[in-house]
Amino acid sequence: MTLIRAEHLTKTYRSGEVDVQAVKGVDFAIEAKSFVSFVGPSGSGKSTLLNMIGCLDHPSSGKLTVIGADVGSLDRRAAANFRGQHIGFVFQDFNLIPVLTVYENIEYPLIMVQDWPEQKRRKQITRLLDAVDMSAQANKRPDQISGGQKQRVAVARALATNAELVLADEPTANLDHDTAYRIIRLMKKMRDEFGTTFVFSTHDPKIIGEAELIFTVEDGKLHQSSPQLGVGHA
Amino acid sequence: MLNVLKIALRNLARFGRRTLLTSTLITLGIASVLLFVAVAGSFKAMMIGQFTDAVLGHLEVHRRGYVASIDNLPLNLNMSPAMVEQVEQALKKMDGVEAYSTRVKLGAMFSNFTETTSVRINGVDPEKEVATTPLLPGRLTDGSREGALLKPGEILIPTLLARGMNVKVGDMIVLVATNRDGSVNGKTFTVRGILESITGPSGRDGYIHVNDARDLLRMKEPEVSEIVIRLKDPGQLDQVYAQLSQELSGNAGAEGKSGGAGKSPGGGGLEVHTWAALSPFSNIANMIDLLTVFIKIMLVSIVLVSVMNVMIMAVYERIREIGTISAIGTPPGRILSLFLTEGLLLGLGGTALGTVISLAAIYAMNVWKITFNFGMQQGLVLSPAISPRDVVTIAGMVVLMALLASFQPAWKASRMDPVRALGHV
Repeated sequence: MTLIRAEHLTKTYRSGEVDVQAVKGVDFAIEAKSFVSFVGPSGSGKSTLLNMIGCLDHPSSGKLTVIGADVGSLDRRAAANFRGQHIGFVFQDFNLIPVLTVYENIEYPLIMVQDWPEQKRRKQITRLLDAVDMSAQANKRPDQISGGQKQRVAVARALATNAELVLADEPTANLDHDTAYRIIRLMKKMRDEFGTTFVFSTHDPKIIGEAELIFTVEDGKLHQSSPQLGVGHA
Repeated sequence: MLNVLKIALRNLARFGRRTLLTSTLITLGIASVLLFVAVAGSFKAMMIGQFTDAVLGHLEVHRRGYVASIDNLPLNLNMSPAMVEQVEQALKKMDGVEAYSTRVKLGAMFSNFTETTSVRINGVDPEKEVATTPLLPGRLTDGSREGALLKPGEILIPTLLARGMNVKVGDMIVLVATNRDGSVNGKTFTVRGILESITGPSGRDGYIHVNDARDLLRMKEPEVSEIVIRLKDPGQLDQVYAQLSQELSGNAGAEGKSGGAGKSPGGGGLEVHTWAALSPFSNIANMIDLLTVFIKIMLVSIVLVSVMNVMIMAVYERIREIGTISAIGTPPGRILSLFLTEGLLLGLGGTALGTVISLAAIYAMNVWKITFNFGMQQGLVLSPAISPRDVVTIAGMVVLMALLASFQPAWKASRMDPVRALGHV
């Protein structure tokens, strides 16, 4: 089943007096439950692609369908609702809410985005804490745990609402190699355990190999992809 | 909502020093304003009480045109017995009236047998007068305050007159007055007491028994110049005024009998006046009210600026955090409510603390009995009090301002583009 499909997708930004075309008419498809990486140097357009897939940004032209929704047609409120229901995010800087504990950070989308009853919430969070091996740190604040632990919490938070798709923009950029590797392995494990599609961007060649499908982004175009699960072309 | 409250509280605690400073500012502001309102209100009530309870009463009824000519004390504008009866009947029907006193006012020549001067005199029924203006006996600086205020043949004279004419308690004096027909009559009186003068109309009048006044003026029937009314609750002034005006609007018969003048607020040839309409002090009372309004405006400005400043800073410092919660799907309305709640909590915390502090201070001032002097009045006890309505109004105003001040930053946060917010450095 195709979870994400892009057709002639472009994105142009206005930067001062100049129009910058960040994504130049790309086509690709990503199947459900796949583990996909967008690879490319900084400024290549991979974050822009992830933002559009995550309904954080609108395409300038072309069509982008994510989990059956034409994301180009979603207004701000509908996009927020769509993200809250279907998509989880993992950020480069972890972006945990500093005033909340590890437990509460994972709980956040269940109370502020969705409205889960307490018992169901507790069960889900306990399960995720176990899955990311953070049960012992459940009551700690983000400033009391390491970078790798923060990212594990972020992965758990992204999965809290049973999102069908998790987008991770440079999730390992602020981690040392071993930790980065462990985070990628954790994400893969989560994919296996929860059946969630993971799409992440990176320019770290050491972890690219963990992806099952790789889209290489360069100057706003998809140059190549791995042959295993999906197709992409410029 | 509970979760929004919890997160908002923690965010406020995160920037503890700033929260504390802003809350302290609001606390001090509201405590100062409530204290000012209580003290100014007490001062105003006490001053008003000095006038109403010593001379003016809360309401006065006159024949139409009398007040306009009151400097002349026009005897031809006295109320006829029928008019007085009409007013008394109306007053008896009204629950809010505690007492009333009928007065005959006249201008007379005052002689100590060697010198002569003019004096304004109130002819009163002593019992009714004391019931209506209970502070009157307290104005006696010389002469016993015990027993009847006045007996026929006695006079109370203002202190300035006593000093100027070198008259003491027990001295004999003569009052000479001209009646409405133009004939002159004189009568001898014994000085019963010396009255402290007070500011305002009738504050330097002498007092004699009403029967003596009528004798002096050779009245053929018991006319009355004014009827002074004391209310059980001065707070009911406007209602009683309206009710009495309404009641007296139907006394056309009395007017017809007396041949009185045309219509008035009291209707049918009679006028009803509140103490404020008769005393220049009402302007000072209005100024106190105006001052209170300005103080409230200052408080509102302080709250508005300080809360807005804090909330703008809160949004600015948390742009990436806003981007994060927005990206993971937090509805804009909930982001708005989160920041509004933070502003509201700031306002509520400061208001609650400020209210408690001010109420404690008001209580302490009442326990310690702070005294002050007002004119000739010495050692007046300040009794600050604030009505629950004032507390609720001022507190509500502050909380509302805190909410309004948070709205712009909260709105900005809720409308933030998540991509830009996440990229903010």
